Amino acid sequence: MKGERLKTLTKGIILENPVLVLVLGTCPTLATSTQASNAFGMGAAATAVLICSNVFISLLRKAISDKVRIPCYIVLIATFVTIVQMILNAFAYPIYEALGLYLPLIVVNCIILGRAEAFANKHSVFDSFLDAVGMGLGFTLTLFVMASIREIFGNGTWMGLPIPVLADNHISILTMAPGGFFVFGCLIACVNKWFKNKPKKKDFGCEGCPSAELCQAAGRKECEAK
Amino acid sequence: MTIKLFFTIILTAIFVENYVLQQFLGICPFLGVSKKLDSAFGMSCAVIFVMLLATAVTYPIQHYILNALGLEYMQTIVFILVIAALVQLVEIVLKKYVPALHASLGVYLPLITTNCAVLGVCIDNVDSYMGTASFGHTFPQALTYSLGAGLGFMMAMVLFSGVRARIEDNDAPPSFKGMPITLIAAAILSVSFFGFAGVIDNIFK
Repeated sequence: MKGERLKTLTKGIILENPVLVLVLGTCPTLATSTQASNAFGMGAAATAVLICSNVFISLLRKAISDKVRIPCYIVLIATFVTIVQMILNAFAYPIYEALGLYLPLIVVNCIILGRAEAFANKHSVFDSFLDAVGMGLGFTLTLFVMASIREIFGNGTWMGLPIPVLADNHISILTMAPGGFFVFGCLIACVNKWFKNKPKKKDFGCEGCPSAELCQAAGRKECEAK
Repeated sequence: MTIKLFFTIILTAIFVENYVLQQFLGICPFLGVSKKLDSAFGMSCAVIFVMLLATAVTYPIQHYILNALGLEYMQTIVFILVIAALVQLVEIVLKKYVPALHASLGVYLPLITTNCAVLGVCIDNVDSYMGTASFGHTFPQALTYSLGAGLGFMMAMVLFSGVRARIEDNDAPPSFKGMPITLIAAAILSVSFFGFAGVIDNIFK
């Protein structure tokens, strides 16, 4: 039992990393990873929302009827996002400014709704909490590593501190949009190389689609990936 | 609104501030549904439709209900619920009255609720995080910006489905197969959009 709990906690960090392996929540990953400090803020905000939503959805899993579960989850998640927005606005205004539009967009972050659907509505409160902590840590760590790479090589700084040689020789395209796609692609390739024994070709039909869990059409025949 | 402003907003939203390739909104469908041209086109049509409708509904809600009653902090909850309800409504109406359209667009509609580009364009239009600041915030301009953002999404999807078709059978290194090589192709596509910066500002001078 204890081993299982530990596994629930740690699986989000590498083996089922929400960003690099499950490829969920790509929009905030790409958009807020230009600076390590922003990435940390985004990761912390999303983790807070994820923990709250997982715990409450798990608490309410017997009260919410199956047919209206998605709208219920969305309202719950949106509530926590609003709370986080207000807290950041009051106590961490620079981060609130830097994250801008991507802060309210945590609502539609597939990781949070995905964990609610895939884990929290079937497991106990404590397990859901551990799952949320693990997944949140995985998300934050990935964001932080990616942002560090982009900031160090693209801007010559790290957490705002200049780095001797790189500050004069930075590759500024890495901090711009194409650099985001490029670094993200390379990171996924690294994870494929080092942590998966057999790199399987991921299918991008309907089953491979990041929103497949939520898409009611996913199992149906008319879905494009027949 | 003059014709010139209309085209400036549309072209800026499509090329300079492309929602997918420059601002990273709506990446999930961009990577998930761009495998075939038909599905990329169908998804984009549904997104444009929902974006316009959602802006048309959320803009008055923000200005005449939330702002008027001092409930600005409810924005996120209200907007996501309105979009979710709207998508359901559109699906029901299409199913009943336009079955042919429902058959082609219907499968993409549930996916759109969790598409951040739709919520993004609604919030952008009332709070002006990105491009809308320079255009002002009247209702027609908000609708124009939504149309431009939707068309930009469509362009990225259609272009990328062509790229996808070509890299599908390529002999990539094993660990790059699938997602990584797709993302690197997206990076190259995104570079090409840099060329448009500055063009739109000068084109109408």
